[in-house]
Amino acid sequence: MTDTAVPAPPRFRHLGLPGYVGLLVVLTLVVSSLAATAPATDKLARGLARLVSPSGLLTQMFPPDFSRIGPISWKLLETLQMAVAGCFLGLLLAVPFAILATDRLSPHPIVRTLARAIIALFRTVPDLVWAIIFIIIVGLGPAAGVMAIMVDKIGFAGRFFAEAMEETDPGPQDALRAIGASRLGVIVSSVFPACLPSFTATSLFALEKSVRGSAALGLVGAGGIGVDLKVAFDLFNYDEALAIILMMLALVIAVEQGSGWIRRKLI
Amino acid sequence: MNAPVLPARAMAGSTSVEPVLAVAGLRKTFGDREILSGLDFALPPGQSTALIGANGSGKSTLLRCLVRLVEPSSGRIEMLGQDVTALAPRALRRFRAQVGIVWQRHNLVPRLSALSNVVHGVQSRLSGPRAWFQSLAPAEVRAEAMACLSRVGLADRASARVDSLSGGQQQRVAIARMLMQRPVFILADEPDASLDPQTGQEVMELLLGLVRQDGLSLLVISHRLEHTLAYSDRILGLASGRIALDQSTAQATAQALRRFFDHEVTA
Repeated sequence: MTDTAVPAPPRFRHLGLPGYVGLLVVLTLVVSSLAATAPATDKLARGLARLVSPSGLLTQMFPPDFSRIGPISWKLLETLQMAVAGCFLGLLLAVPFAILATDRLSPHPIVRTLARAIIALFRTVPDLVWAIIFIIIVGLGPAAGVMAIMVDKIGFAGRFFAEAMEETDPGPQDALRAIGASRLGVIVSSVFPACLPSFTATSLFALEKSVRGSAALGLVGAGGIGVDLKVAFDLFNYDEALAIILMMLALVIAVEQGSGWIRRKLI
Repeated sequence: MNAPVLPARAMAGSTSVEPVLAVAGLRKTFGDREILSGLDFALPPGQSTALIGANGSGKSTLLRCLVRLVEPSSGRIEMLGQDVTALAPRALRRFRAQVGIVWQRHNLVPRLSALSNVVHGVQSRLSGPRAWFQSLAPAEVRAEAMACLSRVGLADRASARVDSLSGGQQQRVAIARMLMQRPVFILADEPDASLDPQTGQEVMELLLGLVRQDGLSLLVISHRLEHTLAYSDRILGLASGRIALDQSTAQATAQALRRFFDHEVTA
């Protein structure tokens, strides 16, 4: 039965003064940011024209030079190995950090705050900065890259693992606690099985992110294909640089497709 | 509200038999709200006691206080010969192992098999990976878990994921997990609430069987008056945080219990 006497609620909620002020602040921020930093259209047009001129970057990149495909492939394999090793170590260490960072599983509020602060620090500092720090510690080469990826992944996965654990149903955990199970018993028997789909998805995204990131780490000397890419640009071998970029693209797409397939199969 | 009626039968019983549970002056407050207002009662061993009361009368809080899943504000709980309120964390874990809890929402780990969930019950006396995973559990633990599943009529569903089982089957798996714990005392929080009448009856029969055949003690919350009358030896009624009814089931009638409920709901 319908009651036509009752009017429909208004289409939009009245924002009120604080709402309008907030909206104005956001708009001002966006407009001033665009005005201060966005490129001028004429400058952009000139740059694009230069890109496709006979001596321009794009013109010199084609056709890509695959003459060094052997050495580049080995470097690509090293990039993948850096990503896998760093990601594996990072995911492994992210688990205890995430446990300590959750409200329900952390042994003490101080420990929880500390764990959250470390995860936030690892996540906030870019992996390129971590790479520079580890180059200072362990020297140039893939080891610094692996360490940088590891730290970055602790920050990335630590946060998502912790969120997944917070969102689990507390019922099974209470039931095991009531049985007399230890804290570790509750985590392994109840929390991990419930989080498995989320952990798997996060781990695969972390691997994809690591592969993309590891290619760039070489630019600062932390091993992998990035070193070759930088050298190619420095020596103006733009056609070789394009070959490297295309091979990196192939690797990233392969890893993304592979992880997507695993995700569909497991989750 | 009436002053707590101390159980004449239980008091008489306590002179000849040591009570399995003795509660004195138990209070629980959440902020300004007093949920339990100084409860006093005692239960002799080997009996089924029904705890009834309107929603919000403090029944579930009482059950949780008994094993300190919720910390009592004051008062004394003596269960299985131990002063529960004074137990240190490690001793509390050992104590909880002797008390089986059947929850309204069975609280099983959904992605795991029925057998895995039942094996988890052994965490009351065993810790480490052998108690966490059925695949690593010792042969005798697996055999005992299968015997527990047989007892609840689900041995043929041992490999099934619990989230693929019906509500009644899940509740029976939860009872099997509790049996695996080898409890002396069972606390059941509305085990028949989310089940159809036939399945609810089967679950209650199963619990009463443990009292009659195995000599366990049972304190069960139920909103179904027919179950309260059919499956208990004694009825405790909780109202406004106090024991307002305490009588032998043999003396109780459905009409009297309905009057108790109606009075409490409208009070």
